[in-house]
Amino acid sequence: MKNPLEPTPQVCKRYRTEKAFKRLGLSAIVMSLCFVFFLFYTIIADGYSAFTQTYIQIEVSFDETFFRGANISNANFPALVKRSMGKIFPGVTGRKDTKMLSSIVSPAAAYTLQNLVETNPKLIGTTKFIWVLADDDVDMFFKGKTVTNVAESNRRLKDKQLTWLDQLVSEGKLERRFNKTFFTSGDSREPELAGILGAATGSLLTLFITLSLSFPIGVATAVYLEEFAPANHWTDIIEVNINNLAAVPSIIFGLLGLAIFINFWGLPRSTPIVGGLVLTLMTLPTIIIASRASLKSVPPSIREAALGIGASKLQTITHHVLPLALPGMLTGTIIGMAQALGETAPLLMIGMVAFIADVPGTFTDPSAVLPVQIYLWADSPERAFSEKTSAAIMILLAFLIAMNSIAVFLRKRFETKW
Amino acid sequence: MYSYLIPCILICTVTAYILGTRRATTLAKRIGEVKDLHSLPAHYGVFTALSSAIPALFIFAIWCFCEDKVIGTLVSRSLPTGLLQLSKNELSLVLNEVQNIVFGGFVASSSSDAIQAAAEHYKTLTSTARNIVSGVVIGATIIPAAIAYGRITPKLRARNIVETVAMVFLICCSAVAILTTLGIVLSVLFEAIRFFQVIPINDFIFGLDWSPQTAMRADQAGSSGAFGAIPVFAGTFLIAMIAMLVAIPVGLLSAIYLSEYASTPFRTWAKPIMEILAGIPTVVYGFFAALTVAPFIRDIGNAVGLTVSSESALAAGLVMGIMIIPFVSSLSDDVIHAVPQSMRDGSFALGATRFETIMYVIIPAALPGIVGSILLAVSRAIGETMIVVMAAGLSANLTFNPLTAVTTVTVQIVTLLVGDQEFDSPKTLVAFALGLLLFIFTLILNIIALQIVRKYREQYE
Repeated sequence: MKNPLEPTPQVCKRYRTEKAFKRLGLSAIVMSLCFVFFLFYTIIADGYSAFTQTYIQIEVSFDETFFRGANISNANFPALVKRSMGKIFPGVTGRKDTKMLSSIVSPAAAYTLQNLVETNPKLIGTTKFIWVLADDDVDMFFKGKTVTNVAESNRRLKDKQLTWLDQLVSEGKLERRFNKTFFTSGDSREPELAGILGAATGSLLTLFITLSLSFPIGVATAVYLEEFAPANHWTDIIEVNINNLAAVPSIIFGLLGLAIFINFWGLPRSTPIVGGLVLTLMTLPTIIIASRASLKSVPPSIREAALGIGASKLQTITHHVLPLALPGMLTGTIIGMAQALGETAPLLMIGMVAFIADVPGTFTDPSAVLPVQIYLWADSPERAFSEKTSAAIMILLAFLIAMNSIAVFLRKRFETKW
Repeated sequence: MYSYLIPCILICTVTAYILGTRRATTLAKRIGEVKDLHSLPAHYGVFTALSSAIPALFIFAIWCFCEDKVIGTLVSRSLPTGLLQLSKNELSLVLNEVQNIVFGGFVASSSSDAIQAAAEHYKTLTSTARNIVSGVVIGATIIPAAIAYGRITPKLRARNIVETVAMVFLICCSAVAILTTLGIVLSVLFEAIRFFQVIPINDFIFGLDWSPQTAMRADQAGSSGAFGAIPVFAGTFLIAMIAMLVAIPVGLLSAIYLSEYASTPFRTWAKPIMEILAGIPTVVYGFFAALTVAPFIRDIGNAVGLTVSSESALAAGLVMGIMIIPFVSSLSDDVIHAVPQSMRDGSFALGATRFETIMYVIIPAALPGIVGSILLAVSRAIGETMIVVMAAGLSANLTFNPLTAVTTVTVQIVTLLVGDQEFDSPKTLVAFALGLLLFIFTLILNIIALQIVRKYREQYE
């Protein structure tokens, strides 16, 4: 007789479908997770090398004849660099060859020397060994990021330059060091001189405006809608409005900024103040929605107790409800700020894509922000900007992860179950 | 320029608060106790502080807003008659030059004596105005505060006044959301109307040709400018469709797995990692799409013998789909969670497997919510900018082949508005018309989606 507990073929088939479906679901998740790791892997693999930079040691003799004029700054520093390079390779002659020789050093080398002499004029008349930046092509070559197996005419570095570089390496006059420039300077057309300080400062100024406007306005709106607003048509309109604003494409906020803040109000283009205003409008819905949820979670008994002992409605809210809802509101605000920090499209509209080499000092200085800097570098044709882009992305992601971790920590630490 | 004024106002306000509170306390002592006052001493303090800060800040804000205009008008009136007869545009150029001299210390070699004189005049006017305004603002902090201070009596209803001001502040803040929407609609609409005055609206919405590069001068070579939006929208929908083909299955399946199958430890780990995808800035996805995915797809295509554009719609769509996965999955997760446990239990009790429960009970029950979240995701895909700006093309091809380059609404808005353009050519105005269509389209999607989700939530609450 057949065992009644033995599954029939039909049941087996149902279990197989069940298993297959479960596997399908798991593979969907694994796919997303793999993608996260792959994205991080490509960016880190491409970008970590940007934190070091190739330097070349040259022997500079600061001859007095060079600084005849009254003003040291007017001296011909590029020629000084050129002569020092010539000293390492005395055999190199001819216009073309010397030009090729001096092109393995960055144009920034001249500024390095100028700075040295300006800060310490006693150097004049002495001879010093000085490490200067190598050109970005040399840098890319030593990081293994240039193709070397193509014909010489298609290469940025020619055979002669490669033999010179070999000689420099064997003499110990070429090494990779930590790339301080990347953290201490603004944007530049020369990849080896480009840094993120300008963009980071711009982001900081912009976020400061965004935070100082959107947090009070967002919390006030949430308090009004949640605690005071009468249930009428007007309140309904505001509510629907806020939910819709949260889903409006960010670029539309850029159009608003361009038409109203810049063309109508006449605020200066490309500045943190306009960027901050646009991002404020963009992050407000996020903050309002989070703050309302947080206010909703405070139990009514707290309000009733405060009202019962004679507090006014506003006192109840400022003394009792707000302190209890604050962690949730802060979490929402930090998440909104993280969004604002990563946002690019509306800032393109208000002209924050201009090339700006200076580090901004005030809210009305033209400036870039980190994501826009990433966009600009990603568009640059030089090979060396690609690793800079990845490095800037790493820094941006580090900031974002830090902000989100703080938000998660706040939520975990201060979450109250009533 | 006025950097000292704000701290000044702040100090005055704090002093007013302290003085007001102190006066209320002394008054209370004179007549008995604090309870004999109408309000708490701090309320009197805030009342005094508010009456010092509000008028001053108000005057200051108004002046900051119109300083340039007032002084500019005064200066242009005093210009010599030769310059006054210039047209309006030329006059504003002259004024610009004057301002450059004043603020930048920059003197163009062409600057005439008249302009230099105007610059001097501008300077003196500015400094006089600054002195006057500083005086007025300081006066506006002290005088009302003094009056308020004098009005403090035990019977003054300070709490009511303070709370009314607070309510007005709260209401103004909630109006910001309305004003933002209004601002968006008006700013986009006005420019779009100006565009439609040049190009008929029918040609725009139903036109099949898109080449907005018009000649700037009459003698310049350039296309005559065609502003048909259909190819642009076709490209947008193509990319959004590819994105949804990736995001819907993966997002839904992950949501179902996470809420129905996954163990708690797996859930606590996998969910935050998935949410990282949502937190990555779009510019990073764009960089990834342009530098890693697009060349990869092109190489695969070439190996199989297909011609794939290096700015193919497929690359942009794929990466955009990945970006939207967490969006779909977290929204659907919420929706699936809202299905009551009793429905699952009922299905299990009838002997259904989990798969059958999901297919025949949970998904049908959650369908409206899932549709709503998918619509929200579509609206996001359509409005997404950076990925397509970096990875999709510029040429408007009316095609549905995912291997060719297409352009999208957002790409066109960015390329038309970034850079220096005159603001009255159809070439720039069309960006606002595109923006208007984009806004209307996403707005309709959002309203429908939010309505569906809201109705659905109410059903199970």
